[in-house]
Amino acid sequence: MSEPLIFEHSRSGRSAAGQYPHEGDADVPQNLRRKTRARLPEVSELQAVRHFTRLSQLNFSIDTHFYPLGSCTMKYNPRACNQFAMLPEFLSRHPLAPDGVSQGFLECLYELQEMLKEVTGMKGVSLTPMAGAQGEFAGVAMIRAYHKARGDLVRNEIIVPEAAHGTNPATATMCGCTVVEIPSLPDGDIDLEALKGAVGPKTAGIMLTNPSTLGVFERRIQEVAKVVHDAGGLLYYDGANLNAILGKVRPGDMGFDVIHMNLHKTFSTPHGGGGPGSGAVGVGQRLLPFLPIPIVGRAGERFRWLDERDLPQSIGRLSAFMGNAGVLLRAYVYMRMLGRAGMQRVAEFSTLNANYLLARLQQAGFDAAYPDRRASHEFIVTLKRQAKELGVNAMDFAKRLLDHGFHAPTTYFPLLVPECLLVEPTETEAKEDLDAFAAALIAIQREAEQDPGKVKGAPYTLPVRRLDDVRAAKQLDLSYNG
Amino acid sequence: MPFIPHTDNDIREMLAAIGAPSIDALFDEIPAALRIKSLAGIPESLTEMEVGRLMEARAQRDGRPRNFIGAGAYEHHIPAAVWAIVSRGEFYSAYTPYQAEASQGTLQLLYEYQTMMTALTGMQVSNASLYDGASALAEACLMAVRGHRKSKSLRVLVPAAVNPTYRDVAVAITEGQNLRFDVVPYDPAAGTLNLAALDAHKGQDITAVVIQQPNFFGLLEDVDAITDWAHANGALVIAVVNPLSLAIFKPPGEWGAKGADIVVGDGQPLGVPLSSGGPYFGFMTTRMELVRQMPGRIIGRTVDLDGKPGYTLTLQAREQHIRRSKATSNICTNQGLLVTAATIHMSLLGSAGLERVAAASQKQTRKLVDALVKTKGVKLAFAGPRFHEAVLTLDRGVGEVIDRLAQRGVVGGYDLSRRYPDLGNALLICATETKTDDDIAAYATAMAEVMR
Repeated sequence: MSEPLIFEHSRSGRSAAGQYPHEGDADVPQNLRRKTRARLPEVSELQAVRHFTRLSQLNFSIDTHFYPLGSCTMKYNPRACNQFAMLPEFLSRHPLAPDGVSQGFLECLYELQEMLKEVTGMKGVSLTPMAGAQGEFAGVAMIRAYHKARGDLVRNEIIVPEAAHGTNPATATMCGCTVVEIPSLPDGDIDLEALKGAVGPKTAGIMLTNPSTLGVFERRIQEVAKVVHDAGGLLYYDGANLNAILGKVRPGDMGFDVIHMNLHKTFSTPHGGGGPGSGAVGVGQRLLPFLPIPIVGRAGERFRWLDERDLPQSIGRLSAFMGNAGVLLRAYVYMRMLGRAGMQRVAEFSTLNANYLLARLQQAGFDAAYPDRRASHEFIVTLKRQAKELGVNAMDFAKRLLDHGFHAPTTYFPLLVPECLLVEPTETEAKEDLDAFAAALIAIQREAEQDPGKVKGAPYTLPVRRLDDVRAAKQLDLSYNG
Repeated sequence: MPFIPHTDNDIREMLAAIGAPSIDALFDEIPAALRIKSLAGIPESLTEMEVGRLMEARAQRDGRPRNFIGAGAYEHHIPAAVWAIVSRGEFYSAYTPYQAEASQGTLQLLYEYQTMMTALTGMQVSNASLYDGASALAEACLMAVRGHRKSKSLRVLVPAAVNPTYRDVAVAITEGQNLRFDVVPYDPAAGTLNLAALDAHKGQDITAVVIQQPNFFGLLEDVDAITDWAHANGALVIAVVNPLSLAIFKPPGEWGAKGADIVVGDGQPLGVPLSSGGPYFGFMTTRMELVRQMPGRIIGRTVDLDGKPGYTLTLQAREQHIRRSKATSNICTNQGLLVTAATIHMSLLGSAGLERVAAASQKQTRKLVDALVKTKGVKLAFAGPRFHEAVLTLDRGVGEVIDRLAQRGVVGGYDLSRRYPDLGNALLICATETKTDDDIAAYATAMAEVMR
């Protein structure tokens, strides 16, 4: 199964000319004119449609496969969200259109802000960050701005647990902060003593997610909050993992000052092969003046954009307009369809699925990384024993799962658990799919015991077998020159 | 229960397997004091039909006025095939291609996209996208700082006629890293940059010079001369371009004697609807020497165990999930689905089609300007060559004119007077190939009424 490059379908003089206007030549001064045409494909409409349809068929996706990629929340993306966000009026609306012809759109976003405040327990929300990493950036930038506004210029250290997502330390650096890593205890909770030793007059804040990337709830979160707050720092909540707590517990109540929410995870907007995301941020009272702009404000029955004139201390703008509007509308439709009870069910059934799958795997002899803990919406299995005894590692299991028709869980993250699989089934998977996934892992375990070479050579049934990543990085081939 | 498949029997069996008495017991590690009972502020659920009715009512409230704003987002015809394919679940509901073997469709498409963007911009390498044009400029400035070995100043020269919001975003995103942005004024008569203004910075340590073509006023800059000036003064050149315009304009890789060093912009004109502000995508291309300084995902072609060609994420040692605090950027997710649209769009139009769209847009803008300046009190601000936007000056406040045009079903342009007070009552207008002669006549009629 393979498909030639679109350029290999191309023939000089072929076109899909029905797609473009008949107008003649542009009027461009000689010295600014393009001399030779860019080598783009020359194909018929059918050739393009067939080519890209075939490419799509080489992908695993939620719509075609169970996709338990930990920390990514690959739940079903309801079609209604797509359809109603793509109504022609929303699609053709220019982002700078006057407020007078934007009231319907603004009302949706205003209500989305309000709902996000409610589910997080925060006081204000800005929807403008275009992805989780940008939401993180906004969060740390607000923490910095807060300290600066108080004349506290020395606070430039951000504390990050060593299990944190890679974007956390990268974000801290991008904001001009120094990263201080603290360890976790063997039971998965933060080492409170280490935290106490790490905080001080230079502490700007701490970046945490709860449940943590280890798939367990940080039980002493209130003590953590107290230690950081007493030291003058603020608490940042990485909302990558909100799915597990919707309607059960709120970051604002835990003591967090700022949160970003990956709407493409918890609120089920499509992942699109790697984006678009949306990383809306919520803040407590202290950080309200620093929210990124623009924000939708309300005066009576009228909605309007608030900008630098309304929030002069804002950390500023993070996108050319107002963020990923279409993603926000999808999240809005999803939240309205779930409603109050539906949101709690998200937390309940994602947690039920994770704990059930973990129990099944433990009963079959797999090792949980934190066997004495409840799973949240995700959990970690460690294959350290298999790697040592059979020479078959987590990546081998992951690749063999593809042959069984399952997307692999997240592998080798978090970095501190050796040979780990981070499994997040989400609430939208049925019991029989979880059972089939468990059966596949059990079959691979048996195969690894009998014929480890077979597992190490996987996958066998996909469009390609294992790829030479070293060659990809050494002999760079980043565009087609044929 | 919407989107949840569990039957009562499933729930019983699953709890039994876990050994838990109830679903609620699964939350017993959360301190009781923190638990909440309900989300009182969230409304009850709506059925799909009800939410559809609500969204249609909201959409219809805004209607579909004739749009004549550009200012960084442009309305173009998108072939029906583009979003029909983009909406396929295999593209729509896949994620970042971490498991390359199970993501060859997305990976090959991104490789094709990288090839198209290098061809269009005349550069050697492209990444797989950034968030949008504005944040791409911010990333380009940070990349220039990393890539310029000799410059220590972190000083970036930004012409005043570069999209002012792009400058705002670049300032906001680089704030923690002490970059310094010096604004270079434009020639008030021409609306473009002249070298004399740049010469004020001669002899300084300059990390990079930003050149936007066409500039925010839609005017064409003398990109060859500015590029050569920047290189002669030891600075890197960051080009900000409209990718559609590159079908007819000289690509940044050919600017001046050596070409631009980093090229960024917003990919929205390539198959992405206006959609109220996003999602769009940012693109970035550069010279091969700078590839290891580039942020974002990059796809490479390689071979599998059997020697068969395949595609994979490469140069990941630059990225946050490997390098953590030492990464080139914190970017993780990009704008994959929009890149999918752009790749299909470019395949359907080809260079010949993009040329025609660019030419038609330019022609309709010329007609629009000719029609509007017939109204008393409306003048064209700058006469020089342009692409598909123009600055008009009015004899009264722009905000009020825009509101009154909107009441007549015309979204008339972008008010420049706040960001460019020196221009007076200035309105930035745009027409693309989507605006018919009738649309233009309707705008002219509305303008004549409003300016009466």
